[in-house]
Amino acid sequence: MISRRDFLQVSMAASALYGASGFGNWARLAAQQALTQDQLLQFDTFGNVSLIHVTDIHAQLVPIFFREPEVNIGVGENKGAVPHVTGADFRRLYGIEDGSPSHYALSYDDFSSLGKAYGKVGGLDRVATVVNAIRADRPDAILLDGGDTWHGSMTCYKTAGQDMVNVMNALKPDAMTFHWEFTLGSARVQELVEGLPFAALGQNIFDAEWDEPAELFKPYEFFERGGVKIAVIGQAFPYMPIANPRWMFPEYSFGIRDENMQAMVDEVRAEGAELVVCLSHNGFDVDKKMASKVTGIDVILSGHTHDALPEPVLVGETIIIASGSNGKFVSRVDLDVREGRMMGFRHKLIPIFSDVIAPDPEMSALIEEQRAPFKAELSEVIGRTESLLYRRGNFNGSWDDLICDALISEREADIAMSPGVRWGPSILPGQDITREDIWNVTSMTYGQAYRTEMTGEFIKVILEDVADNIFNPDPYYQQGGDMVRIGGMGFACDVSKPQGERITKMTLLKTGEAIDAAKSYVVAGWASVNEGTEGPQIWDVVESHIRKQGTVTVAPNNSVEVTGI
Amino acid sequence: MDFTRRETLALGAGAAVVAMLPLSAAAQAAADAEMVGAPDDFLAGATAGEGGLTLNAPEIAENGNTVPISFDAPGAVEVRLYALGNPTPGVATFRFGPLAGSRVASTRIRLAGTQDVRAIAKMADGSFVTAAKTVKVTIGGCGG
Repeated sequence: MISRRDFLQVSMAASALYGASGFGNWARLAAQQALTQDQLLQFDTFGNVSLIHVTDIHAQLVPIFFREPEVNIGVGENKGAVPHVTGADFRRLYGIEDGSPSHYALSYDDFSSLGKAYGKVGGLDRVATVVNAIRADRPDAILLDGGDTWHGSMTCYKTAGQDMVNVMNALKPDAMTFHWEFTLGSARVQELVEGLPFAALGQNIFDAEWDEPAELFKPYEFFERGGVKIAVIGQAFPYMPIANPRWMFPEYSFGIRDENMQAMVDEVRAEGAELVVCLSHNGFDVDKKMASKVTGIDVILSGHTHDALPEPVLVGETIIIASGSNGKFVSRVDLDVREGRMMGFRHKLIPIFSDVIAPDPEMSALIEEQRAPFKAELSEVIGRTESLLYRRGNFNGSWDDLICDALISEREADIAMSPGVRWGPSILPGQDITREDIWNVTSMTYGQAYRTEMTGEFIKVILEDVADNIFNPDPYYQQGGDMVRIGGMGFACDVSKPQGERITKMTLLKTGEAIDAAKSYVVAGWASVNEGTEGPQIWDVVESHIRKQGTVTVAPNNSVEVTGI
Repeated sequence: MDFTRRETLALGAGAAVVAMLPLSAAAQAAADAEMVGAPDDFLAGATAGEGGLTLNAPEIAENGNTVPISFDAPGAVEVRLYALGNPTPGVATFRFGPLAGSRVASTRIRLAGTQDVRAIAKMADGSFVTAAKTVKVTIGGCGG
């Protein structure tokens, strides 16, 4: 830890920046094993500007468990670089003691026992307490929402995002950018965005027909805070029409558009911006590459890939902040901006331990109001789990193993496919599974569970295609999700190979036979991007399966052999 | 899940995609592409340098059937566009007269699969410059 912090400060001094991370103090708390709200919020106010970053909340209004990934492979220049470091390696890198609160918050191992000790995380009423405390230190702090806010729960689905809009409006962000919001459909997005009391930003949101900036979204917004003219430029998720159903928002085109980002940076600098912040939904590796290509961005607040990093990553003179997901973290970044430039920073990734941080009473009441009409549906117990249920991981998670089991048994399929999304909280062994829990990992506007026939050759095409969206060595060709989860079939994946050569040894598990390229198999899946997909909603399929099981147990999944790491 | 044009494209069934066009349009496109020819026809033995030509294309196509491509080639008299992985790689020829205020054009092209899109510009002095970009055509659907 010491050497790493020294290194950070040395490299920053070289570029006329100095910095500090709030992490050292936090790690020391481990010895005391006693965590207080004051300790979590402790921060020596610094400089003249404060940024508060929340991102990828995925409609998680109330506290949840959320296990970070065990497998998160970096490729190309990002091989072995954060955020592609997990578990004990991650703890060694940042000097985190085993068994400490930071171990529990930031790494995956011993999750079940640490979860019992440290409790749930998140809850927007706790986030409100943290935001209010920062505003008490710095009344004009800027609160920025990185998107993936209006998606991910039953209440969000049933109110078409209204619950999240109501709650976030009470939190009073200054600006927001977007991804899953667009899966509400462009008409609903327009209705909600037009009513927002803050800026809706995306320099890369274009009109699909004319290939020019979309009128509904501004590329950037100026703020005057602490005597500093600040520009916040929005960067929406670049690959929405590819990763999500294009037919739901045909009016819009996205893309990285880093040449336009550079033009926007130059434009705001020419208009006198002394600090340029990019509120991004690119994903971490894409943000690193963008920071190396676009000059003049001081801070990138990075979202999409759900990484939580206790220290900023420095690329040139740009600091990149990763603030986790599902309401589990809030980042505070204090900046010293003088003579028209960022001279230094102080940063803290604040974990929202829900048993330690007191809920804000007004926000608790507002959240209850959103949930009240659905209370009976949400709280119905469907079953119980003996296993830890989690989603994150490049190739599988136990939640997806369970979903694939449900698809195979309920839909009478040979093979199941579940999308490699990164949202969805965890459930500890021994916990009840409620309907809310099932919706938290399945809720979406295109959740129909299809059943179809695919040839072995086509299944390989799909796996190769998705694998390239994760393991292409150039981050600009990645989409930021995980590998499609497969039930009923094993395979091997060499992540170092080019597209078309990564996937081998495809085996039908129930017979042990090799998959035949020419033969057709019955495949059940969900979240197809094709318009007109038919089938029952995935949450109903999973509920029916769990109800029949009563108590579920998910065996360790050894069906994917990964090489080339 | 019915397999629409996006999957068909991803399978690299370029011939099948062309056949889905109305026959006259397909025939016209083929004839146009023949006229543009291959990069070697345009270069005629010359070597193209780098720089001085900006080619804009998305990293990943949102729709492989209509991919926006644009270029800026100051000083060029002629620019040819190629989709090197299409059944017929020649896409378009742009000629600029001496009074052209800028040598900029944009168009949309169809790509049969992931491939390099290349632009070659012939300058007034007869030299060539080139730029290329890989455009990925993908099934998608798992971002998250």
